Amino acid sequence: MTAVMPDRKAHAAAPRKRRRDRGGVLGSTGLYVATGVAGLLFLVPFYLLVRNSLSTDAEITGENWQFFPTDLKWGNIGELFDDPTVPFARSLWNSAVVGVLHTLGTLLVCSLAGYGLARIPYKHANKVFYGVLVTLMVPSAVTFVPSFVLVSSLGWVDSLRGLIIPGLFSGFTCFLFRQYFLGFPKELEEAARMDGLGYWGAYWRIVVPNSLNFFAAIATITFISGWNAFLWPLVIGQNPDAWTVQVALSSYMTNQTVNFHLIFMATAISILPLVFVFLFLQRWLVQGIAQTGIKG
Amino acid sequence: MSTTTSRGVSHPAPAKAASARPRRGLRGGATFNFWLFTGPFLIGLLVFVYVPIGWSLWLSFFEARFTVTPDKFVGFDNYRQMLENSNFTGSLVTFTVFAAFIVPLTWALSLGLALLVNRLRFMRAFFRSVFFLPTACSYVAASLIWKMSIFSGVRFGLMNTVLGWFGVENIAWLANPDPPWYWLVIVSARLWLQAGFYMILFLAALQNIPPELYEAAAIDGAGPGWQTFRHITLPQLRATSTAVILLLLVAAYQAFDEFFNLLSKTTWGRPPLVELYYTALGQAQDYGAGSAGAVILTLLICMVTLLQGKFMGFGRGEEAE
Repeated sequence: MTAVMPDRKAHAAAPRKRRRDRGGVLGSTGLYVATGVAGLLFLVPFYLLVRNSLSTDAEITGENWQFFPTDLKWGNIGELFDDPTVPFARSLWNSAVVGVLHTLGTLLVCSLAGYGLARIPYKHANKVFYGVLVTLMVPSAVTFVPSFVLVSSLGWVDSLRGLIIPGLFSGFTCFLFRQYFLGFPKELEEAARMDGLGYWGAYWRIVVPNSLNFFAAIATITFISGWNAFLWPLVIGQNPDAWTVQVALSSYMTNQTVNFHLIFMATAISILPLVFVFLFLQRWLVQGIAQTGIKG
Repeated sequence: MSTTTSRGVSHPAPAKAASARPRRGLRGGATFNFWLFTGPFLIGLLVFVYVPIGWSLWLSFFEARFTVTPDKFVGFDNYRQMLENSNFTGSLVTFTVFAAFIVPLTWALSLGLALLVNRLRFMRAFFRSVFFLPTACSYVAASLIWKMSIFSGVRFGLMNTVLGWFGVENIAWLANPDPPWYWLVIVSARLWLQAGFYMILFLAALQNIPPELYEAAAIDGAGPGWQTFRHITLPQLRATSTAVILLLLVAAYQAFDEFFNLLSKTTWGRPPLVELYYTALGQAQDYGAGSAGAVILTLLICMVTLLQGKFMGFGRGEEAE
């Protein structure tokens, strides 16, 4: 499955020619109508988000549905960040720090371990690997109570440490790196070792620079899941100062006073970084999904 | 699988073979290096995965309210309490209902979208991105849009506005469990969020079906459309379909975000993790019962993931060595 993406172009040509023979103009129009309708439905939530975040409350709750606000209220952005009752800027900052450190840390720790398990001969390596595999059976969300017990006795509640560190040791990411490194061309490393580099040197100078595509794919997936994570930040962030953006959004939803335009503006801003990831890193994202999704 | 991954790697010219011998000693010692590479990860795994699971196993046999270092051993009382607690068993029923809707629906929708996109000749990348874009949204953000705009129970909600054009009265989508409209809200939100993700998996699988199969089927007189789909495409997608269904099941089991946010002030529609959240971290802070619940849920999910491992083969890279 992992090889699917690079193969796409090779296969795509043949079935396309076959398709052209049947269907005709009518079939192809129907195809585009169906896809277009489905596409519009998928975009409705984004439309609502943009519309509401640039409206006033009166426009959102108005008697008649207004397709789009007559003039766009960009001032909502400033109003959101000036509002002292919601620590939105703080939560954005927390999310950014957590997202970046979570991604870098996971990549570092898990790729090293994956490489060690895949490539360094050690007689008990298989036993260690099984110790990692066993943890794949238990999704981390299911064990949030025990994890909270541990982290709270370390005194890490309401801290960035508590948000970041427990999530770094993903058996699954380690497993993915191991599988990837098993397929890494051995000759490259052997040549490096002949040049007098140890495992460490060969890893940083040869293996990593030649694996940047894979690292980018895993980094994209890890960042998205870190940014969007909710359960763990909710458990750890008891104090508003330690909220991530997702926890902050969730708390706005249950607030007594509802400022629709601010809530929607906050949501739009919280999605923005990931829309950029989508626009500019989609290639790696798709690769990452093909790599991670299928192996679950 | 792993044998093919290297195809994505760029191959630089191999370094020139030098006459130097590989070094021995500390720098080249395999055992030392093995621990150097894996050590940080393994220590973390031990502390943050193994220790919590062990600790909670221990806690589950103690009376542990407001404390994580209890001294009163109660045997299986916490387990009995959880299993007799209708809220907890009810949450497993909620999960079952949820899975019964979301798994087949996501499977069908993501496969359908993949088939559509795969047949496009123009704007294929555009439509793929459109269906894929919701994956960028968090469950919290989607819950917010669903709760406060699309399925808002008041007249300015999108659904109630549209229904109003046809003369339908306002519906309280989330605030009233009878009829249980909240399922429509919950299921549609997750469907929107995850369909694009699984569409990518199906697209990859579709493009891997050898075109010769379709040519052979056409020669044998299979009509295009349903016959070809039923006898060629669907069987060829069996491995991916199985994987997708198991992934969906595991994901549904861990559902928390949208239930917690959409149904925040209600007592209905609580799946296992939400129930556990209120047991362990709510007013009661009952870590003993919460741990027992976590152990029960862990055992249940282990059965599914073992099944998953059997179908999808976690160590399958072994052949490559």
